[in-house]
Amino acid sequence: MKIGVLALQGDFSEHISMLKRIGVETAEVRLPEQLNGLDGLIIPGGESTTIGKLATAYGLMEPLREFGRNHAIWGTCAGAIFLSNDVGRDQPLLGLMDIRVQRNAFGRQVDSFETDLEIDELFKATGSEHPYHAVFIRAPIIESVGGTVKVLSALEDGRIVAAQEGHLLATSFHPELTSDTRFHEYFISLAS
Amino acid sequence: MEAKTGTWTEKKGLAQMLKGGVIMDVVNAEQAKIAEDAGACAVMALERVPADIRADGGVARMSDPDMILKIMDAVSIPVMAKCRIGHFVEAQILEAIGVDYIDESEVLTPADEEHHILKHNFKVPFVCGCRNIGEALRRIGEGAAMIRTKGEAGTGDVVEAVRHARTVMGAIRQLQTMGDEELMTFAKNNGAPYELVKETKELGRMPVVNFAAGGVATPADAALMMQLGVDGVFVGSGIFKSGDPARRAQAIVKAVTHYQDASILAEVSKNLGEAMVGRNVSQMPDGEKIAGRGW
Repeated sequence: MKIGVLALQGDFSEHISMLKRIGVETAEVRLPEQLNGLDGLIIPGGESTTIGKLATAYGLMEPLREFGRNHAIWGTCAGAIFLSNDVGRDQPLLGLMDIRVQRNAFGRQVDSFETDLEIDELFKATGSEHPYHAVFIRAPIIESVGGTVKVLSALEDGRIVAAQEGHLLATSFHPELTSDTRFHEYFISLAS
Repeated sequence: MEAKTGTWTEKKGLAQMLKGGVIMDVVNAEQAKIAEDAGACAVMALERVPADIRADGGVARMSDPDMILKIMDAVSIPVMAKCRIGHFVEAQILEAIGVDYIDESEVLTPADEEHHILKHNFKVPFVCGCRNIGEALRRIGEGAAMIRTKGEAGTGDVVEAVRHARTVMGAIRQLQTMGDEELMTFAKNNGAPYELVKETKELGRMPVVNFAAGGVATPADAALMMQLGVDGVFVGSGIFKSGDPARRAQAIVKAVTHYQDASILAEVSKNLGEAMVGRNVSQMPDGEKIAGRGW
């Protein structure tokens, strides 16, 4: 099992540390040929506009779409935005997941927050029912999901913060900023 | 549970999202758009870039909140703004208008020559400059959630940025080889909080994100700082004081991502037009240097 982390910009090294903690081999991906031989890919948090521009400039858009057709990809925050097919503004998107995302949906940095989430699918898969502590930073929300997309978690007011479409996963929050490895384990199960 | 805002994890976390990126000084909404389009991961809103602050002289203060708000409206990426060292009311004002990060900056004229702001008192995160590990850990002790090595702002000369990054990285390497019983003396000699010295040794890196700043003018400068081990780069005067800002900004963004790939660095360094003229720090009178501001 070897998981790549898109290393154009953002907190890719935090994802790599989490993967290493659960014993997974990792690789940084900055160019298309670095996707070869990977079993899955994480698109980290960061600035989605920066990641999109660099992916476009280095010819990664089509190879990433192709990779996502038969491999697991997980996007956290900026990564979730990049996986979506609509953010209501003009910026490069992979469009792999049938989700509409709103950027900076909670406001500015002073509105960023931490909270506990109930995520049944995650609890079932990892056999641990401990509430999931989630870190949201200038976070997006998933405004709406298409036909085959499963909602994994929503806030109390109903706003969607985690969704899955087959082997594709999107979270508004940052499991890589916590010490809880359950989400990374869950992703590895999708990549297997 | 109740949602919690303004936590240490939140403050440090936003800086973690900026890693591998370029934060660009901009003086108006138009420049902010150019920076965002070039791939900046954040912008620093200020009325004058450091090169102009140097040229103009006089007291440099926090920028007009209206000008900062216009920049916040113009772009979707995080917006930072500067307050004077120790000027906690400027910081309160910047927090009130909702900037994403405050830079308590030596580039502005200090308001307090003995104390920095107690940054733990704020919900908004702060970045502060440093020249060495002691200065960095003192600022983190006061609540800075991000550090930048100071360099010498507004010069276009990377020499001080290199000196400060090497000094900090060297101290972290030195800590790795020290026995635990040596840490208190290290803390004493460097004027650094003991707990943060311990944490730095355990992590093998600065406890918060550490960018380079002060004198970066070319893609090669930016990649040099990255190879020296910083997490990202601030570019101040280097972009909008150059001949072709948009092109240079894009090139520096690419250089920070591909900092280890010399063939890509060669490609992005081509045909960028005039770099900022720059000032040679080694020929500058000490009184004109600003990196020494900070206590």
